[in-house]
Amino acid sequence: MTDIFLIFISAAFVNNFVLVRFLGLCPFMGVSTQYQSALGMSFATAFVLTMSSIASYLVNEYLLQPLGLEYLKTLSFILVIAVTVQITEMILHKSSPLLYQVLGLFLPLITTNCAVLGVALLNVQKQNSLLESAFFGFGAAVGFGLVLVLFSAIRERLEMANVPPSFRGLPIALMTAGLMSLAFMGFSGMTS
Amino acid sequence: MMAWIDHWVLALLSMVLLALAFGLLILWVSKKFKVEGNPIVEQINAILPQTQCGQCNYPGCKPYAQAIAAGEAPINQCPPGGQEGIKKLAELLDVEVLELNPENGAEEADQVVEIVEPDCIGCTKCIQVCPVDAIVGAAKQMHTVILDECTGCDLCIPACPVDCIIKIPAPLPAPINRKPKPSLMHTVREAQGFPEALS
Repeated sequence: MTDIFLIFISAAFVNNFVLVRFLGLCPFMGVSTQYQSALGMSFATAFVLTMSSIASYLVNEYLLQPLGLEYLKTLSFILVIAVTVQITEMILHKSSPLLYQVLGLFLPLITTNCAVLGVALLNVQKQNSLLESAFFGFGAAVGFGLVLVLFSAIRERLEMANVPPSFRGLPIALMTAGLMSLAFMGFSGMTS
Repeated sequence: MMAWIDHWVLALLSMVLLALAFGLLILWVSKKFKVEGNPIVEQINAILPQTQCGQCNYPGCKPYAQAIAAGEAPINQCPPGGQEGIKKLAELLDVEVLELNPENGAEEADQVVEIVEPDCIGCTKCIQVCPVDAIVGAAKQMHTVILDECTGCDLCIPACPVDCIIKIPAPLPAPINRKPKPSLMHTVREAQGFPEALS
């Protein structure tokens, strides 16, 4: 049980996917301009990350390893992620049209979020079990969501701040992300 | 060597099967969680004349139909549909019949356009603006209008640099009655002359 908890904490904070591993920077920069959309994106990504890490574990364990096809894992994981996103989108469209409208374009964009593929590949590399994989994925999603929401809140304030003209927009956002990354590096060494 | 080829086939086969399984899964989910579009939009769109002229200030007939369905637009912004179209829309939506909004243009007798072919310089500008691809021609070749396809939206008239496009009375009844497209299988069978009993 402590192992699972450690995996979760490690994925969410210590080895945060965005700020420490530098994965999934595209949605981190792209969707963080507004707090509301960042929140929606976090939830959608959390669902997809958890689901796809479970599904990719199953594909790896019961299809690729018995047949000795581990070298095809990148290809099949991308397939798994695309299918998970597609199904998530369809179910969401039916069950919660409001949330579907809010998330809109961000949902399909999760397919190309490299943090999702990164989680699936790291699960194989670390030889995690099914439960460990699920919590690793969920932890990564919580870390991603937390950082995204924090960053979007900072960016909303940056809009109002008096920034020198040459730093306005993306440059100051990237510098802020760097400072946040420095802060998160403070967790390093707490767990492996 | 044989073992290597076996492995190669195995890899290919397993990926194809995986993709096939996922495809079937998506198919099943999409049937199970099918979302119906707003049927009223389709009904409004069927009444609109499909000229795609943009006189209603929307990019085409379907966007205007969506705007009406959402309650964002009044029903009197379609000059090609005319008073008759407004009456039909009012019946469908159970609202009052309005006069055509003069800001969107006046109702005219049904007209289509024709290219005065000796004057055409072959600039292709009218081809680019035609919303229904009713003008055929190539650069520096004479263009012509397919009268059956022309909706009389007049968008090509301001685009012509030599003013060689003129209006002529329409040979088609108003509004255009679009038949539902037959399924592909049906037309292929017809084209191949299959006996009706087989289809």
